[in-house]
Amino acid sequence: MAFQVSKSGDVMVIDVEGQLIVGNRQELKHKILDELDGGERKFVVNFSETGYIDSSGLGVLVSLSKKIREQEGVLRLASLNEDLRTLFELTKLDTLFEIADSREEALEGL
Amino acid sequence: MDQELILELPNDVRSIGHAVDYVMSHCSDCCAVAKRLDLNFRVGLTEALSNAMLYGNARDPGKRVKVEVTVRMEQVTARVTDEGRGFDPTTIPDPTLPGNVDKPGGRGIFLMKSLMDEVLFNEEGNSVTLILRLEEESPDVVGGATGGATA
Repeated sequence: MAFQVSKSGDVMVIDVEGQLIVGNRQELKHKILDELDGGERKFVVNFSETGYIDSSGLGVLVSLSKKIREQEGVLRLASLNEDLRTLFELTKLDTLFEIADSREEALEGL
Repeated sequence: MDQELILELPNDVRSIGHAVDYVMSHCSDCCAVAKRLDLNFRVGLTEALSNAMLYGNARDPGKRVKVEVTVRMEQVTARVTDEGRGFDPTTIPDPTLPGNVDKPGGRGIFLMKSLMDEVLFNEEGNSVTLILRLEEESPDVVGGATGGATA
């Protein structure tokens, strides 16, 4: 599992490969907070290569969303498969996040 | 065709992914309902292990977590036991209520109950049993547990 960070224009794109769970959530958190501290304000987390997310993974996304908003930034999520979308719907987190069907859609208008 | 697995894990959250993958690899005979296993059981077991290590054992690296899994054609059962003092699962607030949705924590037990058919805690609160039924005709692929959650 790994997090690949790339830049598209002025948007930081983080691809989550494998899982986002309690064992690796801090790695994602530190990567994004480092970029936020460095002045980046626009983020897309792309889940097209993600197998599953647990409650700790969901929690770190909630925490990051709040910190990014506090810095007047934007966080969008992209490419949730059916299973991941189910988790967001069960927890009602689909109401909290901007969720795009694809990486490209998430980048539009940012 | 029944399979029984017993694992003893160090109290290290980095071991959870590998342990869940190992258990899942022994569930391959239940491929008819692989989708339900892949999401519901995988996430449910991850949550149980995470709770045991972070809250039950209070992150103490000297403690361990025991996992007992029984795989049958009709259901998968996992009992996760920590060495902590236990807790009262009924005191956990609903994370989907307004005011709780934007909190970073508090979704673990909710997800377990939502994704599994039964979630049973022992009296001490340091052991949880997860049951997922695997009947092919089960209408529930994900979410909406068929048997209701019991705390």
